[in-house]
Amino acid sequence: MINKRVNNVQDALQGIENGMTVMLGGFGLCGIPENCIAELVKKETTDLTCISNNAGVDDFGLGLLLQKRQIKKMISSYVGENAEFERQMLSGELEVDLIPQGTLAERCRAAQAGIPAFFTPAGYGTEVAAGKEVREFNGKMHIMEHAFNADFAIVKAWKGDTAGNLIFKGTARNFNPCMSGAAKITVAEVEELVEAGTLDPNQIHIPGIFVQRIFQGEKYEKRIEQRTVRERK
Amino acid sequence: MLDKIGIAKRIAQELKDRYFVNLGIGIPTLVANYIPQGIDVEFQSENGVLGMGPFPFEGDEDADIINAGKQTITTLPGASFFDSALSFGMIRGQHVDLTILGAMEVSENGDIANWKIPGKMVKGMGGAMDLVASAENIIVAMMHVNKAGESKILKKCTLPLTGVGCVKKVVTELAVMEITSKGFKLLERAPGVTVEHIIASTEANLIIEGEIPEMIIG
Repeated sequence: MINKRVNNVQDALQGIENGMTVMLGGFGLCGIPENCIAELVKKETTDLTCISNNAGVDDFGLGLLLQKRQIKKMISSYVGENAEFERQMLSGELEVDLIPQGTLAERCRAAQAGIPAFFTPAGYGTEVAAGKEVREFNGKMHIMEHAFNADFAIVKAWKGDTAGNLIFKGTARNFNPCMSGAAKITVAEVEELVEAGTLDPNQIHIPGIFVQRIFQGEKYEKRIEQRTVRERK
Repeated sequence: MLDKIGIAKRIAQELKDRYFVNLGIGIPTLVANYIPQGIDVEFQSENGVLGMGPFPFEGDEDADIINAGKQTITTLPGASFFDSALSFGMIRGQHVDLTILGAMEVSENGDIANWKIPGKMVKGMGGAMDLVASAENIIVAMMHVNKAGESKILKKCTLPLTGVGCVKKVVTELAVMEITSKGFKLLERAPGVTVEHIIASTEANLIIEGEIPEMIIG
C-alpha cells in the first residue's frame, strides 16, 4: 500500500504558490473542501486562478478567498450568490470566465483521463463558441473544448483511507470525483479517514491512484444555502 | 390568464409515463407538484441526483442532499447519486427525455435566451447551455410579455443566446405554442384569453389553424 496520508492541512497544501491554478470541488456550498479553503486564507496565497462551479457566498466557501482578494480569476458556471464577487467583477479587479456546467465537468474529466480536447454541442451558436473550432457530427454542430491544466485539485469526500481511496455522500459528490487526478497534485480532505483495508473495495468511488495527499478535516460546518422544508402532517 | 401554478399545471400534462425529466429553477420546479395520476416519472437534477423527492420535513434537512437550486431535498426509492461529469453525460447523451426551463426570450426558430442581460450582473449559464443543446424535447415555461408589456415571443431574440433551434414548445400565462419549421403555431389559449389578445401580445408571427381550444387545467 502506498500511503497518501499527510499529517494536517498545512502539509496537504505544501507547494501551493501565488499565481497557481487550483480546482476546487463542490456545488454551491455542498461538498466544498472547507478546511483547505480556510488554510488558503491563512496562507495568504494570492493571484489564484480558481476552477470551481460556484464562487461561494460572501462569508463562506470561496467567498472567504474573494474577501481577501486572493483570487485573480474565476472559472465557473454560475456565480449568483456572492455580492463581493459582483463588486470585484464589475470593478474589473476579478477576471471571470463563465462556461457551461457540463463543459466545466467534462474539462475536468478530460484532464483526469488524458483527453486533451473534446467536442460538445453546449454553447454552439452562443458567445461561448466565439473563437472555438466548430465541427458537425451526425448532423449536429459541436464546439471544441480543451482539458483544464491545473496545478492543484482540492477535493472533499465523505470517507477516505490512507491509500487515498474516496467515497462521497449524496450530492456532495458533484465535481469532486471529476477533479480527482485532474491536476498535477490532488489533495483530498475527508470527514473520516480510516486505515487502508477498512473500506470495501467494491464501494470506492475514486481509486487512490488519483489522490496524492489525504487528511481528515478538523471540522465541517456544512452550511445550507437554501433550507427548504415541508410541514409535517 | 394563468398564474405561475397554472403554467406549471399545464406543463405537467406534457409529462409521459417513464420519462426522465430535468426541471429548471422557478416555475419548472413547481411542475413536480402536479404529475398526472397513473404515470411514473423520475426527476433528474444536474448537480448529481436522479429520483428526487419532495423537500424534507423540518429537522430532516441534510446539507449533503440538495438540488441544482441549492435547496435541501429528499430522494425517492430507486434514487441514485453521481458526479457532475456523469450527470451531464446523461443530459448530453439524451438519456433525459424532457427538459423544462424558464426563458427571457424565445424566437420562432426555437432559439432561447435565458442567461444574460447586457449591462446587468451576469450570474452565469449554469447547466442551461448543456441542457438546451442536448435535450430532444425542450419545453419553456415563461411569461408572454415582460413587465413593460413587451412581447418575449419574438421573430429573433435580442439577448445573448443560450441555445439555437432547440425549443419545441412554449407555455405562457396566455397560450401554448409549438415551434414548427414555419414558426410558432398556436395550440391552446389560456382560460378567458382571446386569440386576438394572444396575437396582440406576440411579436412573432403566429400560425393559427381553425378554432383554438381553451386549455383544460385540472
